[in-house]
Amino acid sequence: MSDDAFRRTGLGATSLSGPLPDVAGDAGYPDGHPPRMGFFTDTSVCIGCKACEVACKEWNLLPTGQGADGMSGLSYDNTQALGANTWRHVAFIEQPVVPASGEVDALAAAGEAAATGGTVDLGMPTVGAPGDGGVRWLMSSDVCKHCTHAACLDVCPTGALFRTEYGTVVVQPDVCNGCGYCVPACPYGVIDQRPDDGRVFKCTMCYDRLGAGLEPACAKACPTDSIQYGELDELRERADARLAELHDHGVATAQLYGRDPDDGVGGDGAFFLLLDEPETYGLPPDPVVTTHDLPSIAKHVALAAGAVAVAAAAAFLGRRR
Amino acid sequence: MTTPDGPDANARNDTPHSGHNDSGGDVMRAGGRERRRRRGGEAAMVPAAEFGSYYGRPILKQPVWKMPDVPAYLFLGGLAGGSALIAALADATGRPALRRVGRVTASAAALASVGALVHDLGRPSRFLNMLRVFKPTSPLSVGSWILAPFSGLAAGAVASELTGRLPTLGRLAGAGAAVLGPAMATYTAALLADTAVPAWHEGHRELPFVFGGSALAAAGAIGMIAAPAAEAAPARRLAVLGAGLELGASRLMLRRLGPLLAEPYHRGRAGRLHQAATVLTAAGAGLGAIAGRRRWLGVAAGALLAAGSATTRFAVFEAGRASARDPKYTVVPQRERLAARAAETP
Repeated sequence: MSDDAFRRTGLGATSLSGPLPDVAGDAGYPDGHPPRMGFFTDTSVCIGCKACEVACKEWNLLPTGQGADGMSGLSYDNTQALGANTWRHVAFIEQPVVPASGEVDALAAAGEAAATGGTVDLGMPTVGAPGDGGVRWLMSSDVCKHCTHAACLDVCPTGALFRTEYGTVVVQPDVCNGCGYCVPACPYGVIDQRPDDGRVFKCTMCYDRLGAGLEPACAKACPTDSIQYGELDELRERADARLAELHDHGVATAQLYGRDPDDGVGGDGAFFLLLDEPETYGLPPDPVVTTHDLPSIAKHVALAAGAVAVAAAAAFLGRRR
Repeated sequence: MTTPDGPDANARNDTPHSGHNDSGGDVMRAGGRERRRRRGGEAAMVPAAEFGSYYGRPILKQPVWKMPDVPAYLFLGGLAGGSALIAALADATGRPALRRVGRVTASAAALASVGALVHDLGRPSRFLNMLRVFKPTSPLSVGSWILAPFSGLAAGAVASELTGRLPTLGRLAGAGAAVLGPAMATYTAALLADTAVPAWHEGHRELPFVFGGSALAAAGAIGMIAAPAAEAAPARRLAVLGAGLELGASRLMLRRLGPLLAEPYHRGRAGRLHQAATVLTAAGAGLGAIAGRRRWLGVAAGALLAAGSATTRFAVFEAGRASARDPKYTVVPQRERLAARAAETP
């Protein structure tokens, strides 16, 4: 059964993959709904201050997390990963810089680009013994991607996860029954269960603030505008310009992640500018929403169910013994 | 820069902070040059996979589903579905004792399956929210809508069976349960496959056949154990057929997964469970094929097959968890996909 044939059966009310220009409209919001809102996280100007993590925890009243006092002992990255209690996570990466590679130091160039762009050079540190290339630091504030095709939302059996009028994906805590299906469904490993509570939690893009015309707490708190909030279309234009600027300055490794509506999840509502490969930041290099293959899964389950029925009938045929 | 011990060593290095000491760079680019090892004659050799990660941390979240609740739920659902089929067909072909065994097993296993599912929920008191909506994109929603009427029908059939009342209604309920039986036996494969877990998702074409075969093997096995030998012949045939389907589909699935993604099925606890499941199922099928009317042989074969079927679910469950735990299984196939796409478009 082809994708289209599957849809015609009425089993797939919405499209399962591919670009989707009006994600809220596809979810059933009538014309006149707000534009799709999103995050553009420009990691080239992230200073790893974690103000976003703190602002998120404060606004959303998130438990501190690991251990009695919420301290993991890992000072540079205390929270370690996104989870039920960590809706913004700042990754901290230290890499040896290979000298004489001929490549432009991405961070120095990024700082320079930022300076010529009218903002302040943040003076990223250079460390290391004389003679070697030293190390470089990469910081990146990760967050729920608010996918165009969100696996968590697709597989949720209770309807607790839903698409908002802003095109974001939000859990309704009063409906979630803690089945946990969304947890392994997310191709980014974002949503998680709070063990002491039983239900799942993740970033809401501060749904309660958006309704009041405020920007999300993390974007508000970000001192370098690494986290930018706005209409997704506009953010994409801004990101394209920033990428071109960095490439002009010789930062060949700069790349946009999650910006492309043709990718495996139909593009992310929260996308990134990275200075290294996605997996270095703990991001999957080519995520595909699992329900992309749902027509094939359904077909094979139907075939297997048929085989089970035929096998049973065959076993009862033949002479009585 | 590689670690000598493969993904297990990688997992042990799973401390983000290790990136801030001298070994950090090693962990960063750790692919794990796989030691070539052989397990039970099965080659589990994977060429060294170089891949990047965030200090070896998992990308995916491991399923939070509890052990043994969820594998038990998978096994019992399959057993219930297969048993309902056996009961209805035994009814239609005049085998009352086999019908009775089938009806009792279907109802008891369905009830236990629901129990395991509810117990696994983070908020068990909200289990009825499963039936709040019908969502075709969620195999758990579709599955709940299969499981709920199935359980009701199976309970109706067994109530009639045990009380001897309303035999026509009992027969209708049993037939209804049998119609849902094949779906009961297979939907749990969609449940696992419709996730980002590499060892489950990439096996989505064969997994329904593995589970369907496994369900028939288990249901046939209970029939062999509990029904008198005079009526157990179809159960025996079905058990052997199911075991064959399970073993064959399992082989095909591992071949399709390829050396890298089949690895979780060959290593660690999942590897031991998978091997045990294969041995139990094959031995049970062999014994079942020659058992004939020798009851003690049938009982032994049934015990092996039922154990094999349950072990299969635990093996698949564990393999999925292992494949979510190691970022290698997420990054390397996706990198290969990107490289293949880049090669296609010049």
